[in-house]
Amino acid sequence: MTDSNDGLAVLESRGSTAETYGIPLAVLAELTHRCPLSCPYCSNPLELERASGELTTAEWKKILTELAEIGVLQIHFSGGEPTARKDLVELVQHASDAGLYTNLITSAVLLTRDRLRDLADAGLCHVQISFQGSEPAIADRVGGLKDAHRKKIEVAKWTRELELPLTVNAVMHRQNLHQLSDIIQMAVDLDADRLEVANVQYYGWALKNRAALMPSFAQLEDTDRIVEEARTRLKGTLTIDYVVPDYYALRPKKCMGGWGRQFFNISPTGKILPCHAAETITGMEFESVRSNHSIAWIWQNSAALNRYRGTSWMKEPCKSCDLREIDFGGCRCQAFALTGDAANTDPACALSPMHEPIFRQAEHEAADHQDRFLYRNFAGGTPETGDHGA
Amino acid sequence: MAGPRHISVSEASRPVLPRHTKLKFDETRQVWVILAPERVLAPDEIAVEVLQLCDGLRSVGEIADQLAAKYTADRATILADVIGMLQDLADKAFLTEARERTS
Repeated sequence: MTDSNDGLAVLESRGSTAETYGIPLAVLAELTHRCPLSCPYCSNPLELERASGELTTAEWKKILTELAEIGVLQIHFSGGEPTARKDLVELVQHASDAGLYTNLITSAVLLTRDRLRDLADAGLCHVQISFQGSEPAIADRVGGLKDAHRKKIEVAKWTRELELPLTVNAVMHRQNLHQLSDIIQMAVDLDADRLEVANVQYYGWALKNRAALMPSFAQLEDTDRIVEEARTRLKGTLTIDYVVPDYYALRPKKCMGGWGRQFFNISPTGKILPCHAAETITGMEFESVRSNHSIAWIWQNSAALNRYRGTSWMKEPCKSCDLREIDFGGCRCQAFALTGDAANTDPACALSPMHEPIFRQAEHEAADHQDRFLYRNFAGGTPETGDHGA
Repeated sequence: MAGPRHISVSEASRPVLPRHTKLKFDETRQVWVILAPERVLAPDEIAVEVLQLCDGLRSVGEIADQLAAKYTADRATILADVIGMLQDLADKAFLTEARERTS
C-alpha cells in the first residue's frame, strides 16, 4: 500500500484538466437574479436579468442532461435566490437522475420545511445557507429584510433534521467582522459541516459599496488569527474555508483557477461565463446555450472564454513575470473595475503600478466609517435610510 | 444527526460514506472520484477498493482480513494502512460510522 494521502489528491490540481481546458468538474447554475434579500455586496451584475428572460424548465433540464453527458460531476444551484424558481424540486430531481451531485446555494428565507424535504427527496446532496451576521440586528440590516436571520436559523435546523449536510456561508466586511467568533460558534451550534468565511470581493455591487464595506488592516489581522485558532480547535468537527480579501495582499489570487480553465457558470438567460462577475467587464460577448452551439463547443471555442486563457494576452508587468502561470495576473474583473482594462495586472498585485494608490484608498475608506449601504435591486440600487443613512 | 462527528477509526469501526459523499466512476475521465461538498477527490485503486468495502456493516478488522487474504499480505500492515487512510477521510468529514444497530 502507498501512503494514504497519495490516493486523495484533489482532482482539480491535476495538470491535464488545466492544460486542455477539459470540461470542468463543477458548474454553477444561476437560475434567477430574483432575490428577497438586497445585500450591498451581491455578486450578481449591476444590470440584473428579469424573470421574463430566464431559461425555462425545459431548457434547464436539457442543460443538466448535457452537462452530465460531457463529464460535469457537480451542479451548484444558485442565483439570485434559486428557491424563487417554482421548478427547483423538478430541476434537482432531473439533475439527480442524470447522476449529478447537487448543491443548493440559498439565502433560505423562502424555504418551508415541506419544500426542503421535497428537495431532499429529490436527491439534493448538500445545502449552503448564507448568513449576514451572528444576530438579527446586523444581519437583517445587511440583507435589507426583516426577520431574515431568524428564518435562516430555522431552515438551518431543518436542514440537519433532514440529515442534509450544511455549509454556513458568511460574507465578511468591516461592519460584521467583529462578529466572526460568534459566527463560528453559530456554525458549530447549527451542526454545520463546513463554514465559508468569505471576505467581500469588490466588483459590481460590492465595488459601489466599497466605502461601507472595506475592512481595516487591523481587522484582517484579527480575522486571520481567529480563523487559524478555530481551524485547530474544531478539526474534524467543522471545516473552515477562508477567502482572504485581496486588497491587503501583495500577490493577487489565482482567480477561478485562471479564466476559463476550471469552471464556468450559466447565467439566468443561459450565457456561459468564466465566473459569476464576468459580465461586469463591458464589451464582452458571452455565448448563450440558446445559440446553436453545444455547451462543450462554447467552452472550447467561445471568443470570450478564449480571450484571457493562457498568457499570450498579458501586458507588462505580467508578461515577463515569473509568476504569470501561478496566478495568471489575478482577477480580470478586478483589473477591469479598477483600471478600465481587463488585460492589465490585477491591482491586488504589488507589482501593479495601481497597487499603492488603491491600497491607500482602501485604508482611507476603512477609516472614514461611511457606513451607509446602497442596496442591490432591479432599480439600480437604493440608498439605506435611518440611523446609518445620510 | 446523520452520524457521529470526528470519529476515531479503529479495528472495530464500521465505517460508511455519509450521504453527502459519493464514490462514483467518472466515465468521461475514466477514473474513480469521491464527490463531496465543493470538492472532488481522486482516490487511488487501493483506496477505491477499501471504500467499496465500507458499507456500514463490515468492520475495519473484517476489511483488513479480506484484503490480507486477497493479497496474501501481512494483516497488521494492511490494518494500519487502512486505518490511516480512513482516518484521513474521517478528519475531512468524508467518512462516518454506521449507527449502533439494535438487533
